[in-house]
Amino acid sequence: MERGSKARKWAIDFGDGASSREVADPPGYSRGASSEIEDASAARQKEKVEASWKQQKAWEIAQAPFRNLFMMGFMMWMAGNTVHLFSIGITFSALWQPISALQGIGKVFEPYKDARTDVLMPKLLFIAMNLVALGMGLWKLNSLGLLPTHASDWVSSLPPPQMVEFSGGVLSS
Amino acid sequence: MGSWRRWVLAPALLLVVLAACDAIYEDQVGLWDWHQEYIGKVTHAVFQTASGKKRVIVATEKSVVASLNLRSGEIFWRQVLEESEPIDGLQVALGKYAVSLSRGGSLRSFHLPDGSLIWETSLYTSPSPAQLFLLPSDDLLVLKQGIVYVVSSADGRLLWTADLLDERLAQTSLSFEGKNIYVAGFSGSSIALFRIDASTGAFTTLKTTEPLNPSSFVLSSGVFAALDTQGDIVTGLMEGEVVELQKTSLATLLDSPVSSAQLLPDKIPGGCVLSTDGGSIFVLGLDKKGVEVLQQIQGPAVVSNSIVLDGTFAQSFLQRVNSKEIRVRVLSGKEWIETAEETVEVDPNKGGVQKVFMNAYIKTDRSRGFRVLIVGQDHSLALLQQGKVVWSREEALASVVDTLTAELPLEKAGVSVAEVEHDLYEWLKGHVLRLKSTLMLATAEEQTALQALRLNNADKTKMTRDHNGFRKLIVVLTSSGKLFALHTGNGGIVWSRFIPELSTKGSLKLYPWRIPHKHVDENPVALVLGSSHDGTGFAAWVDMLTGSVQETLALPYSVKLALALPLVDSSERRLHLLIDDQNKAHLYPTSDESLSLFEKYMQNVYFYIADKGAGQIEGYNIKSQIDSGEEGGLVFLSQKIWSVLFPKDSETIAAITTRRADEMVHTQAKVLGNRDVWYKYLNKNMVFVATVTPQDSRVGAANPEETWLVAYLIDSVTGQILHRVSHAHAQGPVHAVFSENWVVYCYFNVRNHRHEMSVLEVYDKSADGKDVLQLMLGRYNASVPFSSFSPRNLEVKGQSYFFPSTVRTMSVTFTARGITGKQILVGTIGNQVIALDKRFLDPRRSADPTPMEREEGVIPLSEGLPVFPQSYLTHAARVEELRGIISVPARLESTCLVFAYGIDLFFTRTAPSRTYDSLTEDFSYALLLITIVVLVVAIAVSMVLSQRKELREKWK
Repeated sequence: MERGSKARKWAIDFGDGASSREVADPPGYSRGASSEIEDASAARQKEKVEASWKQQKAWEIAQAPFRNLFMMGFMMWMAGNTVHLFSIGITFSALWQPISALQGIGKVFEPYKDARTDVLMPKLLFIAMNLVALGMGLWKLNSLGLLPTHASDWVSSLPPPQMVEFSGGVLSS
Repeated sequence: MGSWRRWVLAPALLLVVLAACDAIYEDQVGLWDWHQEYIGKVTHAVFQTASGKKRVIVATEKSVVASLNLRSGEIFWRQVLEESEPIDGLQVALGKYAVSLSRGGSLRSFHLPDGSLIWETSLYTSPSPAQLFLLPSDDLLVLKQGIVYVVSSADGRLLWTADLLDERLAQTSLSFEGKNIYVAGFSGSSIALFRIDASTGAFTTLKTTEPLNPSSFVLSSGVFAALDTQGDIVTGLMEGEVVELQKTSLATLLDSPVSSAQLLPDKIPGGCVLSTDGGSIFVLGLDKKGVEVLQQIQGPAVVSNSIVLDGTFAQSFLQRVNSKEIRVRVLSGKEWIETAEETVEVDPNKGGVQKVFMNAYIKTDRSRGFRVLIVGQDHSLALLQQGKVVWSREEALASVVDTLTAELPLEKAGVSVAEVEHDLYEWLKGHVLRLKSTLMLATAEEQTALQALRLNNADKTKMTRDHNGFRKLIVVLTSSGKLFALHTGNGGIVWSRFIPELSTKGSLKLYPWRIPHKHVDENPVALVLGSSHDGTGFAAWVDMLTGSVQETLALPYSVKLALALPLVDSSERRLHLLIDDQNKAHLYPTSDESLSLFEKYMQNVYFYIADKGAGQIEGYNIKSQIDSGEEGGLVFLSQKIWSVLFPKDSETIAAITTRRADEMVHTQAKVLGNRDVWYKYLNKNMVFVATVTPQDSRVGAANPEETWLVAYLIDSVTGQILHRVSHAHAQGPVHAVFSENWVVYCYFNVRNHRHEMSVLEVYDKSADGKDVLQLMLGRYNASVPFSSFSPRNLEVKGQSYFFPSTVRTMSVTFTARGITGKQILVGTIGNQVIALDKRFLDPRRSADPTPMEREEGVIPLSEGLPVFPQSYLTHAARVEELRGIISVPARLESTCLVFAYGIDLFFTRTAPSRTYDSLTEDFSYALLLITIVVLVVAIAVSMVLSQRKELREKWK
């Protein structure tokens, strides 16, 4: 639109009330009405643009964790499956990031939240993405052996049983 | 692939090696270990006081030849000979060699100053008793059942032998007079007399004028004296072809009627000693004219050897005046030496005197003095001189048979201020020295001062309990019937108690009668079980902190077996069941409370008796109480419920081992690298039995193809054989240790000519397949008590390894809670103790462990068990004739106290998984403190400086 206006040789902007103020308005012309209409249409246009932009943004944000997933996956692969400082750090950041993101989900989508923008679907996508990331973190935790998923994790300090019978003896030659 | 594996294996092995290196540094020797040297009960002694160092050469029951400092009793040197060959004689030849005669016919000569072996001669091989004499020519004479050997003392060369008789002479006597050697022997029916030329060995058999059947006889300076069965003393001069016998009635000679008497074998030149059944002792003079009484001693007395003094003989007699005093008198010829009569106060805790050795010396005022070396009934050795005990040695400690440990009393509150100040000063001084040493500022003197401070730390020998549980009392029972309490700090004897009623013949055992946990102010009590002199049982209750005997009890039966039941009464006395030889069970203490406790538990009590001779094991349970009749007490009848019979021609029982009753196990689960769980089969009633093929007595008869070792795991409640495994080409002796769910046993492999160690681990597979949810929701049946009658699905894993050393004894470490790893303590033929990590004896070792297993710590398989120089717990010390190793848990979980005994005693502590729960002994607290202070000061200073700088910046 902007580009089009520059291509013309001249133009009268009827919208600009300041330049035509000296000339009386033609009878029957109501300045206010025209500007209102003008304004309304512009605003509608703007809103429309904004809404679509918001929607687009919301989807973008919802998809943001997806890129992180690959990054995280690569890091996890690099860290290996032995328990040491590096792998623990990475695993915990992999767990912490989705959790903190899920905690702050309201804040993330707040700027885009209004009556005309539907953030439910992006939110769901966002949650799903983060859950996938969390799942990856848990999987990593498990592969490090830090989840109590084996019998050994529950019985490792099982005390020895009490004996019912008592016996003793001797070797005589 | 191969090189890759090597690269992985090398660091793994290195890790293992590093983990096994828990050796100590040179300056740590003696910090928490101690070593005491003993020699055993003295049987022969020769004084060597002529020149140089005053010393006494002794030979002992433990086959030790030693040279002791006569002034202090310290050992100059000692040589430990084969224990199975007792020393029959000891002489000092040429003034420089100590010569010992062993039972197997070995004559060994040791250099007097340093004890080095000069020469060794083997005269014969039969293990029969013999006597060793020193000829006037300084050559040695060995008399063995009618064969005379004369050996040059310079080089041990055999000069001549004389085979006097073909038949064996049971009893012999020998004397020399001038150029002749006289030998008298008794073959059971008649007396035989010989005269031998000392230089050539040519001998003449002498005849007697009449046949003689003596009860005892002696030869002295060419005169023969014998007691015949009619109560006459017969004497004869050993001259000519025929010995003319003279008879004198004992009654007329002694002026009193005598029912029986005997001649003592002690040598007196020109005399002999006669003791009557009335306890009196007569010293008789023998010469050509006949026999006369030189002196008479009323009452029982102990007679020493005789020495030649101013042309006549001198001999000392020891008599007990009362329980505390001994009178020493010296007889010279006919007269008592008045100046030598002394009354010596001795420790009444040593029992009677068994042997006396006498020596004369010149006092500073040029008069003659006498010193006597006495061997007590409790095996102690003491030197008496000038009316007092100069030194004494507790040689009973060379024959420890059983041990117990006792906790020391708790530290009382209210320690004096002076003590604290002193401690503080010492503490500071020690730390300053240590800091200097750490910073390499200490001088050589300061280093030695520091070392002395570390070694003589007063904390070590306190008589109170310490936080880590390192200070304890080791109560040891010795074969002499004497009890000692040794402090673990430095091995000092806290108390000793001789129990004269205990016979040294039967087995002796110690049981923890009362270990107070609730009533901590009361003293622990030990039960000593042995046999009295008439062969029946004998029990004594001894306070373990003071050594006082609380009660003694002569039992009217002999004890075959004692069971310490897992029951205690309200005053924390443990219930004990003594099984007599008719398999009746006697319950102690005999109170109503213990009876009611026992009745509730009775149907769960079983016992087994393994009979080596019959080749069987029989199991019994307690049936019912019976009326004990006039004996009193609580007596129960037992009944046989099972028996295991081994085929007699192919298997004899070589070893039986059970778990220690007080062993602590932390968990029954063993978690593998892949996070699977194996449940240990922790049956306390499981018994390991090893049988071997009976040994053929013929030499070289052991055919490697035909010798077997069979190892059994038997449930001693039901008699069920849980597992059986046989090893081909194996031979005893078998040593075994049983701990938790595993047994380690070692034997000799005849085919490979190497010692082998095998391990068996038992797992309970009936709990497998429980999934996680089940375990999460309810605790798996951990609280369900374990019964031998509920069948289990067992899996036994085993493996064998070569072991590079011969094993004397084996033990295993015990810790307070059973969390720490285990070490197997191996007593080697070199009399040292090796700590072998149990991980080397893991049946899961394979040539190529999976990464999971490697992560778990499974070591790659090797055919032999490694012995690192660092794994010797005894470092440079040797525990001669090592017989037993005892391990006692300290309160600190990582650490285990180890006590090894043989002729020597050795104590140390070991941390099988390193001291993960404490700082090292030489941790510098001062350095830590100084660092903190310096840091705080630095922070304060820098804070002030930065504030000033900020202020300056702001004004700019």
